[in-house]
Amino acid sequence: MNLLWLQSGGCGGCTMSLLCAESPELLQRLDAAGIELLWHPSLSEASTDEVLELLEAILAGARGLDLLCIEGAMLRGPNGSGRFHCLAGTETPMIHWVERLAARSRYTLAIGTCAAFGGITAGGPNPTEACGLQFDGAHAGGLLGSEYRSAAGLPVINVAGCPTHPSWVTDTLSAIALGELDAGQLDALARPKMLSNQLVHHGCPRNEFYEFKASAEQPSDLGCLMEHLGCLGTQAHADCNIRLWNGNGSCTRGGYACINCTAPEFEEPGHAFQRTPHIAGIPVGLPTDMPRAWFIALASLSKAATPERLRQNAVSDHIAIAPSIQKPKGR
Amino acid sequence: MKTLVLGPFNRVEGDLEVRLEIADGRVASARVRSPLYRGFEQILHGKEPLDALVIVPRVCGICSVSQSVAAARALADLGDVPMPRNGALATDLVLACENLADHLSHFYLFFMPDFARPVYAGEPWHPMIERRFRALTGTASRALIRARAELLQLMGTLAGKWPHSLSLQPGGSTKPLQPQERLRLITILATVRDFLEQQTFGDRLEAVVALEGERELAAWARSAPVEQGDLRRFLAVSDALGLDRLGPGPGRLMSVGSFRRARDATGAAGFRAGLWSDGQVRALDLTQVSEDLSASWMRGGEPLHPSRGVTTPDADKPGAYSWCKAPRLAGQPVEVGAVARQQIDGQPIIRDLVTRDGTNVHNRVLARLLESARLLIAMESWVRELEPGRPFCEPTELPAEGEGVGLTEAARGSLGHWLQVRHGRLLNYQIIAPTTWNFSPRDAQDTPGPLEQALVGAPVRPGEHTAIAAQHIVRSFDPCMACTVH
Repeated sequence: MNLLWLQSGGCGGCTMSLLCAESPELLQRLDAAGIELLWHPSLSEASTDEVLELLEAILAGARGLDLLCIEGAMLRGPNGSGRFHCLAGTETPMIHWVERLAARSRYTLAIGTCAAFGGITAGGPNPTEACGLQFDGAHAGGLLGSEYRSAAGLPVINVAGCPTHPSWVTDTLSAIALGELDAGQLDALARPKMLSNQLVHHGCPRNEFYEFKASAEQPSDLGCLMEHLGCLGTQAHADCNIRLWNGNGSCTRGGYACINCTAPEFEEPGHAFQRTPHIAGIPVGLPTDMPRAWFIALASLSKAATPERLRQNAVSDHIAIAPSIQKPKGR
Repeated sequence: MKTLVLGPFNRVEGDLEVRLEIADGRVASARVRSPLYRGFEQILHGKEPLDALVIVPRVCGICSVSQSVAAARALADLGDVPMPRNGALATDLVLACENLADHLSHFYLFFMPDFARPVYAGEPWHPMIERRFRALTGTASRALIRARAELLQLMGTLAGKWPHSLSLQPGGSTKPLQPQERLRLITILATVRDFLEQQTFGDRLEAVVALEGERELAAWARSAPVEQGDLRRFLAVSDALGLDRLGPGPGRLMSVGSFRRARDATGAAGFRAGLWSDGQVRALDLTQVSEDLSASWMRGGEPLHPSRGVTTPDADKPGAYSWCKAPRLAGQPVEVGAVARQQIDGQPIIRDLVTRDGTNVHNRVLARLLESARLLIAMESWVRELEPGRPFCEPTELPAEGEGVGLTEAARGSLGHWLQVRHGRLLNYQIIAPTTWNFSPRDAQDTPGPLEQALVGAPVRPGEHTAIAAQHIVRSFDPCMACTVH
């Protein structure tokens, strides 16, 4: 299958992240999936006229297009004109290039939360009238409209994340190349379920602190980040603490809050990103699928039962109390 | 007079268009257009100040950490927030890691593949370069992509992930390194050193850094076969094509300085701040910075200092041709980047070359490679200085009213953030990114920006649509358009 990658209202970070694919590296992964790059802005040799000729050939039907990957939000401003981004070398707004190319592609993928939902580019007053390919925030529609289907009969496949993990992109491409990705594999936000049926909380090394509500109070404390420091890991759909980033990393492993960057409208949480809002002492935004009354009951019970080790380590930047060594029980 | 429009420009970060007026086979004048507007300064207006730490790195996927560092420093300046030694070392390490990764991505993925293009097929050096640097298929592409991913494992351990970490705070780092993690960093850097020594330099890093000037570099290059290291390959191509005569800069170079912790601790690397003009390094006075909007699709009057800057897009403004503003220092364009940093810091090879020839394609690329060797050596010493168990971060308390300035050096050059807070919210947030300096449009005096000047005189072969020499010049600046048009 061939792949065309274009960028618009974004930072290029999903490409930069994609290049971090490890074991094997990116080019080997694409080879293994049988994917050939028609053009990618960071990797291909062709530039200027050569690129425009390729795009025209696709639009004329002279060249088939299997995978259209769009990175960055669709900028509809100012006043619906799309002139906040005209593709270089043309006076044509990028949104019109994308609309026409999407009508030709077998599969259309939104790479990153900007392309999927608008993302950070749609933050604040959304000065560029940014939206996603098929969503405007959480609302279906976006640039291409909710009725859009690519030639293979699928809606835009949303590989969300800010940025995307390299393997989220390559796994999705592999599934498509194997013919294994159908509409049933996508969740209500058109994200591949294999990626979104997980929570960032799963595999978080702070889980023991979470169990006892032993909470970090300041940046660099080792405790759970949910109660005070804004962490949304118990609500965020992603496998960041199972798959891991750049070797051994993740946001919570790096000591800072999960900001739920795979979700529409994560850019406007309604509170400061790094501070958990509370009502009557209870954090707003409970863990996914957790009944409120039980959360309150369990939280107060587990706080009362917190071992001294966790109580102290939670507010320390190093292991102040080591786990005690239990005596062998055998003999 | 003929007009050539170059775009979309790839192997640069973001979208870029260059319009060339051509006469007698040479570029007579150039206009550089940033064709995308993003609106971050408008998005930041009214936010809680610390939210900038989430929003600002997303200005750019390739200079993400640099943006974080500038924001954290602006907030630290606002609140007079102290930083423990470990926090400063961790900040310097992740910044150096990003700078190094960007330099290597630029050299291997963005710049060198142009010499593998069929347009050079007749040149004696072409088979060697094509085998090594051809986009996607050259032996260096895969080797670099693997080495870069290994280098960026430092980010996984020290900053959670890259790009778009939230570990960099005004008071230090959210990630208190544990003893075994520090050892892991030492191992990662050893892997990267191996790549640099085996592939990039074909020699010990210390031997490259010790070269005392242009003549010593030339002798070093001759001391081994041309295929011993990619630096020698570059020097051979540059010599054959005369890259030192291509793309002259404006003669004024700026660096705001970088890696201050290291300067305090060991003096080993920290790059000095200053302005290079008229043959000497001068003190840098940033009160003389202003942004001119004459040729920008922006509403506004007289040029303003960024602490009072205004960002109001106007796509219909007559005479404008770019979304980029035109920053000027004392009314003059300046060039920023590794060549500016190394010249101002007195790196001996760059000092020889730039003092005689000014900046050009050759010096810009060479400065990045020499800086890369210096960075890795410095990073190794900083990792050893980290002290697990001691503090990495001080809490941040910010006043409800005030101002702050945050400065740093991204891979591509000087980055500044200026913020104002009123009633606990951001009233104004202005960013001047490196490529905003380098790729600025004309100002009220009709003075072209640095790239616009550098392109004048570049040869364009008859019938050539891609203007290969212009492409070398553009890419020699390692532009980041995403930052430019924040």
